[in-house]
Amino acid sequence: MNRRLLINKTVMVLATGAALIGLAVLFWILGVLLFKGVSSIDWAVLTHDLVNKGLRNVLIGQFVLAGVATLIGVPLGMLAGIYLREYGVNSRFASLIRNLSDVMMSAPSIVIGVFIYGLLVVPHGSYFGWAGAVALGIMMIPIVVSTTDSMLSLVPQELREAGIALGASKAQVITTIVVKAAKVGLITGILLAFARIVGETAPLLFTSANNDYFTLNMNQQFPSLTVSIYQLATFPDQRSIDLAWAGSVILTFLVLFINITTRYIFRQRKIK
Amino acid sequence: MFNRLFRYSSYASSWLVLILLVGIFASLYYYASDAIHQFGFWHFVTDPTWEVGEDDEGGVFGGLIPILGTLLSTAIAMIVAVPLAMGIALFLTEIAHEKLIAPVSVAIELLAAIPSIIYGMWALFFLGPILQHLFGGQSNSLLTAGLVLAIMIIPFMAAITRDAMNTTPAVLKESAYAMGATRFEVVKDVIFPYARRGIIGSVILALGRALGETMAVAFVIGGVFRMPESLTQPTISIPVLLANNFGEAADLELSAMFYLALILFAISFGTISIAKFFFLRKEA
Repeated sequence: MNRRLLINKTVMVLATGAALIGLAVLFWILGVLLFKGVSSIDWAVLTHDLVNKGLRNVLIGQFVLAGVATLIGVPLGMLAGIYLREYGVNSRFASLIRNLSDVMMSAPSIVIGVFIYGLLVVPHGSYFGWAGAVALGIMMIPIVVSTTDSMLSLVPQELREAGIALGASKAQVITTIVVKAAKVGLITGILLAFARIVGETAPLLFTSANNDYFTLNMNQQFPSLTVSIYQLATFPDQRSIDLAWAGSVILTFLVLFINITTRYIFRQRKIK
Repeated sequence: MFNRLFRYSSYASSWLVLILLVGIFASLYYYASDAIHQFGFWHFVTDPTWEVGEDDEGGVFGGLIPILGTLLSTAIAMIVAVPLAMGIALFLTEIAHEKLIAPVSVAIELLAAIPSIIYGMWALFFLGPILQHLFGGQSNSLLTAGLVLAIMIIPFMAAITRDAMNTTPAVLKESAYAMGATRFEVVKDVIFPYARRGIIGSVILALGRALGETMAVAFVIGGVFRMPESLTQPTISIPVLLANNFGEAADLELSAMFYLALILFAISFGTISIAKFFFLRKEA
């Protein structure tokens, strides 16, 4: 065979091999999780608190932390994204913020935790729930900025012009026309941002830490599923390790469920 | 009234991004200042000792081992991940049958969505023992950490590289094919030069992410303050040191940890900024 063709063939085979390896790893991890999930999840996991070798309180705690973080991160991130797309657009300031926000999106999450420790935990004197929620909220802001910015850019300019021609103020045009037109995209973005932060561990380790007992009091240490997984995985007894697997399975399928659903919603919408 | 209020609040929110960034640098520096004054920069980054003084007061803290652990595990990850990610991107843009592209893309993107702690669990119980069986040494090691990092950044890198490759105009590729070029030649001489910025950007961005990754590595790097003599020995990285020991540290040790957090943030911020501003710049 011709040398050129041989090189071509080799590279194509290697590239296909790379894709197969990627798929194999995904199925390996999902397979492990399914297998472990079947053997480790029972009713006690969902009905007992961590102190009694269950995950009820930490599951609720993780949702509360991520939920409060969403309430902090989404309004701020959306407002900033709206500014970038509707007011700033091409200005140097908007361009700087747009790119810095993208940089922040990839910032090490552990550093956000250290930052919040210095900012909130030291003055407060101990780990507490709000600190964890704020840390997650900060992580969420750049994600929401970026999706808001790009979703609003898909809204046709004519819609804005029509609003202005009817005498609406700029804020009215944005809140009643532009945001509404981009609604599905924005909701998708928020859900994906939620899925990104709900599985975070590092920003919680020394902000809200963990709690063996059920609590909704954000002024004390707060139960967290991810922090529990990290702690339980290193315990010597089998029940703890099983619990860590049970938590991992629930977390992964929740995150994948949100990802797949949003993808589906978004595609349906596009087809219409 | 509402109009103005809305404008100002959205303007203020966009400033928040910048304020947060400056705030992170400032507060890390503030808490690190004790250690910075005590150890300086060169001394701190070249000193391998990490010892708390008598009665928990003072002590000698150097960042060499965690800094090396961070750089080495990231280096292993990049060596493994770059060729694999390029291969996947190539497969998705030029090789795969149309019907295969969507499911493989979704699978790769789902892999990117899995929380890092799950990779950690998987590596601790499956990848590590297998590597130990194959290469000897310890299950929790630099090698295991590097490989799990590689697996984490591959989907991310592949997705951005694929997007960059897909921007190549079909006309360019078709002209090359018409001249009798093989697929590999089209990729090497047409697609790569055209998408070069995006591809390099994705590699640097993935590098920046790998440097700061905590949880996947925390499970498997071993977390011991020791200079690794081989790839199969355990060591520690900056994020893992912070994750494991930050809570118990106080005084000068805590300050030294803030110092390491500052160094980590500066390195990853610098790396990601280079990727974003020079290679993947977003225009409105």
